[in-house]
Amino acid sequence: MTTEDHGFVHPDVIVCPGGPLLIRGEHVIEDADGVAHQTVRPVSAVCRCGKSASQPWCDGTHKVLPARDRP
Amino acid sequence: MLLPKARGELSQALFDSLRSEPGDTGTLAQVRPTDRDDVQIALWAMYELHYAGFEDVDDELEWHAGGLGLRRSLERDFESELRARQPATTLAEPFAEALFAFIAEHDGPSIAAYVQRKADREQVLELLRHRSIYHLKESDPTAWVVPRLPTAPKAALMELQYDEYGGGDPNRLHAHLFALGLEASGLRADPYAYIDDVPVEILELNNAMSLFGLHRRLRAASLGHLAAFETTSSLPSRRVAQGLSRLDFPPEMIAYYEEHVEADAVHEQLAVRTICGALVEAEPQLIDDVVFGAFTCLDLEDRYAQRMLDGWAS
Repeated sequence: MTTEDHGFVHPDVIVCPGGPLLIRGEHVIEDADGVAHQTVRPVSAVCRCGKSASQPWCDGTHKVLPARDRP
Repeated sequence: MLLPKARGELSQALFDSLRSEPGDTGTLAQVRPTDRDDVQIALWAMYELHYAGFEDVDDELEWHAGGLGLRRSLERDFESELRARQPATTLAEPFAEALFAFIAEHDGPSIAAYVQRKADREQVLELLRHRSIYHLKESDPTAWVVPRLPTAPKAALMELQYDEYGGGDPNRLHAHLFALGLEASGLRADPYAYIDDVPVEILELNNAMSLFGLHRRLRAASLGHLAAFETTSSLPSRRVAQGLSRLDFPPEMIAYYEEHVEADAVHEQLAVRTICGALVEAEPQLIDDVVFGAFTCLDLEDRYAQRMLDGWAS
């Protein structure tokens, strides 16, 4: 849902070009192996490049990938 | 905490005056600084009056006109020097991608890579003592900026700072995590225990953050600094964590760096997109100061890294 009630766009989910998916609020994310991970911070970054060593979370690895391999 | 050791004639005169009642700073303007160390420790001590202060300095002196006059004079020179170091830069569009690219294209020496593979235990302990000056008040200089921002970047900065300060849980406050790591590593965790040991590059790193944070005029530089700091943290933090594991450092110290792998992967996106992005959308004239702050962060980190790597190699 996008809240625009008071003049500002404040999305729950932000797709970062070439980077992770930002999600606001508390969520449980199931990784590719079926393991559930609870968010622990106000905003969390979910890996989209598939190369993070901290799955399912982003660890910045997308930045060292060639541009064509970034999400 | 007491005032640090003076590093030259100016800091000696300043510290003598701060210890005296009622802080007679009348003749300080005539004292010539001995060197950069002398200037930077004097500036650091005056900034510290705005944070925790010193047991041997009257709290009233935080706002003593004579001291503030000296601080302003040193700050002017420091800011001019920082600006003179920056090559002319114009960011392309879109802003967020251009700022990420500006930071990524900056190539400097890496302490993290050295810690990961080569550093010995003594070298890492030295690094932790130096880093303690900032990490024990992590995020505090940026907190000054909050009331100086328009609505969107203000809300965005608080979203990030809330995480830095533990989301309301003192056990997760980043500065506290670092304190636990220091204690577990056999180091002192009281603030500034190691201030007399740090090189001038560490004083400059800390003073630049306070300069940017304490001046409303420099709010964009503070947020640009934040963006560069967060954007160069995730992958280096993993390398440092791996180096700490290799050297059998305690889990508390490793946990601090591991926390920054994931936290700063979030924070770099927030700092660049929702904080700096929202700021320059609201106040487009501030874009050059965002870049100035980002450059200053990268440049001062390079200078510190070069000094340490040179020293360890010799």
